[in-house]
Amino acid sequence: MHTSKTKIGRRAFIKNTSLAGGGLVLGFSWIISCKNTSKQSGKALPKDWVEVNGYIKIAENGLVTIMSPNPEGGQNVKTSMPMIVADELDVDWRDVIVEQAPLNADAFRFQWLGGSQSIRRGWEGLRLAGATARHMLIEAAAKEWQVPFNEITTKGGVVSHKQSNKSAIYGELAAAAAQMQVPEEVQVKSIDDFQIIGTSKKNVDGLKIVTGQPLFGMDTHREGMLIAMIVHPPAFGLKLKSVDDTKARQMPGIKDIFTINVFNDDYEKAFFDTRTFNEVAVVVGNSTWEVMNAKKALKIECEPIESSTETRDRFGRKWEEHTPAGLESTDEHFALMGARAAEPGEVRRKDGDPERAFKNAANIIEASYTAPFLAHNCMEPMNFFADVTEDRAELVGPLQKPDLTEQTLSARLGMPIDKIDIQMTRLGGGYGRRSYAHWLVEAALISKKIKAPIKLIYTREDDMTDGIYRPSYQAKFRAGLDADNNLIAFHVKTGGIPQSPLAQNRFPAGAVANYLAEDWTIDTNLTVGSFRAPSSNFMASAEQSFLDEVAEAASKDPIEFRLELLGRAKADPVGENNDYDPDRYAGVLKLVREKSNWDTTNKNLHRGVSAYFCHNSYAAHVLDMVIQDGKPMVEKVTCAVDCGIVVNPDAATNLAEGGIVDGIGNALYGELTFKEGVPQKSNFDTYRMIRMAEAPKEIEVHFVDSDMAPTGLGEPTFPPIFAAVANALYKAKGERFYHQPYIKYLS
Amino acid sequence: MATFNLNINGATHEVDVDPTTPLLWVLRDHLNMVGTKYGCGIAQCGACTVHLGDVATRSCMLTVSSVGNQKITTIEGLSENGNHPVQKAWLEVDVPQCGYCQAGQIMTASALLKNNSNPTDEEIEMAMNGNICRCGTYTRIKKAIKTAANSENV
Ligand code: FES
Ligand code: FES
Repeated sequence: MHTSKTKIGRRAFIKNTSLAGGGLVLGFSWIISCKNTSKQSGKALPKDWVEVNGYIKIAENGLVTIMSPNPEGGQNVKTSMPMIVADELDVDWRDVIVEQAPLNADAFRFQWLGGSQSIRRGWEGLRLAGATARHMLIEAAAKEWQVPFNEITTKGGVVSHKQSNKSAIYGELAAAAAQMQVPEEVQVKSIDDFQIIGTSKKNVDGLKIVTGQPLFGMDTHREGMLIAMIVHPPAFGLKLKSVDDTKARQMPGIKDIFTINVFNDDYEKAFFDTRTFNEVAVVVGNSTWEVMNAKKALKIECEPIESSTETRDRFGRKWEEHTPAGLESTDEHFALMGARAAEPGEVRRKDGDPERAFKNAANIIEASYTAPFLAHNCMEPMNFFADVTEDRAELVGPLQKPDLTEQTLSARLGMPIDKIDIQMTRLGGGYGRRSYAHWLVEAALISKKIKAPIKLIYTREDDMTDGIYRPSYQAKFRAGLDADNNLIAFHVKTGGIPQSPLAQNRFPAGAVANYLAEDWTIDTNLTVGSFRAPSSNFMASAEQSFLDEVAEAASKDPIEFRLELLGRAKADPVGENNDYDPDRYAGVLKLVREKSNWDTTNKNLHRGVSAYFCHNSYAAHVLDMVIQDGKPMVEKVTCAVDCGIVVNPDAATNLAEGGIVDGIGNALYGELTFKEGVPQKSNFDTYRMIRMAEAPKEIEVHFVDSDMAPTGLGEPTFPPIFAAVANALYKAKGERFYHQPYIKYLS
Repeated sequence: MATFNLNINGATHEVDVDPTTPLLWVLRDHLNMVGTKYGCGIAQCGACTVHLGDVATRSCMLTVSSVGNQKITTIEGLSENGNHPVQKAWLEVDVPQCGYCQAGQIMTASALLKNNSNPTDEEIEMAMNGNICRCGTYTRIKKAIKTAANSENV
């Protein structure tokens, strides 16, 4: 064991026996600010006492309830986070019941779903939560049995003292343990002693899912609840002018039709408060079908928006967001990006003398890549339940950044946070979309206005045409090889509408003596935001396709070529701030080379390789493709991941597989185009999603054996698979694929 | 509005609704049986799959008036305690990620196995083609279907 200083500090630990009905509740500061007690007293506790929180309840019979702090959207944190607590607590996993913790921003700093951060940021706090409780149980035993603390051991929820032949289950000691001083230091397990971490545990909600129990926001039901839907302008660049509800209002089951302003004019929007259609029409009625019908009968008239600039707040940093007027189209977007790419960009990093190096190069390779806007297409459309009165608000549903949304809502309603109760349900997919929770605000405003509990539902069409899309991107690469085929110069110029995807300190920065990274942006009135592995999902596709082309020009094996560069980055790194560890990066490439039998050839199999580092983890893929009746079919993907310690291997494998399948789907088919501001797809009849027959026949996931603290997995396997597809397609078709979705360019 | 007597999961339910209402919304809104999911409303994603008799059917485009006295089975009625071989296989393979599409996947898969107890990969792919999973659990779904097919009494 090694000793870890509890960063939380003793005053942050609160003992509270009143909640557990005789058992012990070992909680952190937020317990006292739980819903039915005063949240004001919680406020008196400074926020930074608590880094991360765990929540443990022990029943007399030894059952343990562990609260899972973060929202669950398919990454399986509801199983893996409590596993970490349980291991340090030293209980039998079968005795553990998992509950979703309530939102409490006073206590949890990152009660988020996003950025592959749940496990990474949770790791230390979850271990401490378990270890601290275990420590206090041992102290209780030491006191009761009058034996030294250090002679006591625990195993599977039992405390034992060998010398005196005494033992007790945790449940028997729980009440006494609650009286113990919260330790300032606790021992956490050494990695070799983990019993639960590193073993595969089944999804704790598995049975509920396969039996169709209500788990999702869409499933929320309350007595007297009404259904609400919105009607938004049909095109970006338009705003509501008037609403003619003469017909819709007469339709059966309709209670009311009105408009709402999602944000007030003078409100300074925070990072996730993105919304273009600030005013939307609302239809409220008794049932979904009736509201859907009335919605179709509603006539709205729209007018063009004016250009505007507003100041927004990014976690304390202000930025100016410019929204141009006009009705935008995809053709024009690509023309604009092409023109912008011909101009100089903003230089973000420069090593050596790139222009001279290019002048001296024996061979220059150039290529440019584009990618379209993408819709998130969570299978559960956006929705939220709200019951809001003048002085309190109850909200139930799926969202990714609950504490931030709570602040937004508090500002919009002019209601203190302690009067707002946001309950998190399981998310039917998030992928970034549910960080932008304008629909929660809409639900609250609707409920308040109609004075009834309501469930706001976006139809699939609303979900797709009122999205927060993945931006559209362009990237231009140049590589210079010397006469011996060494990469001596590398230039990337990239940008997007409206965001740049550049990560200038990422590989191959650090591996090339002369390196230049520039970027640019183009404004838009389309709304964009995070989409599974933001920016990386494009940069990896472009950069890893390009490196394949450069390796070929240098007559080198694409894995060997990358390893050579990584060797340089390790032995003699160029520049500073390179954001990756060359050894770990090389590690996944070597592992995937071995596991995929890269060095054997099969002429019917077209193989593409790709690797990337993002969201603190490393992933590499080898994708094997065959062409069947002219169609690309993925036979197998071999994947290597380094995400540190793997908490729940089978669940981690599932998530890695998901990133691969989702990535292949988006690379081949994902696209949302616009014409005069109107999204050209609004449902799955036209928006092509990958289906079973197009998914890889086999996926093999290998994890690098590691004793490093775990990092995330929701995103890292996603970005590199795009280029693995492109590079395999090249092998199959003899031509390079520069533009997504690749299916459009497959002859 | 009209009254319909629906035979769902072995029990009769009386509802008074607009006859054009899709069965999906009758289940979800009027009977609070929310296991059957809404994903697209146009028979493209399979989230709303139920059994009509023994046949997997998209309930989002099936009007309540067209059901008549056909037997409807929803995910809630597939088995008593989640012990249908397909559900058991789903748990064994630990298929779900977010889980939202899974009720529909299971209903399609169980209808497939009812008609074809030992489907080939191609038959599985064909039967499951109407069910989208954005989380990308397809390889596990296929594995679970094979696991269920190999188990007894499908
Ligand atoms: S909701 Fe019926 S098929 Fe999508
Ligand atoms: S498990 Fe999430 S959509 Fe299938």
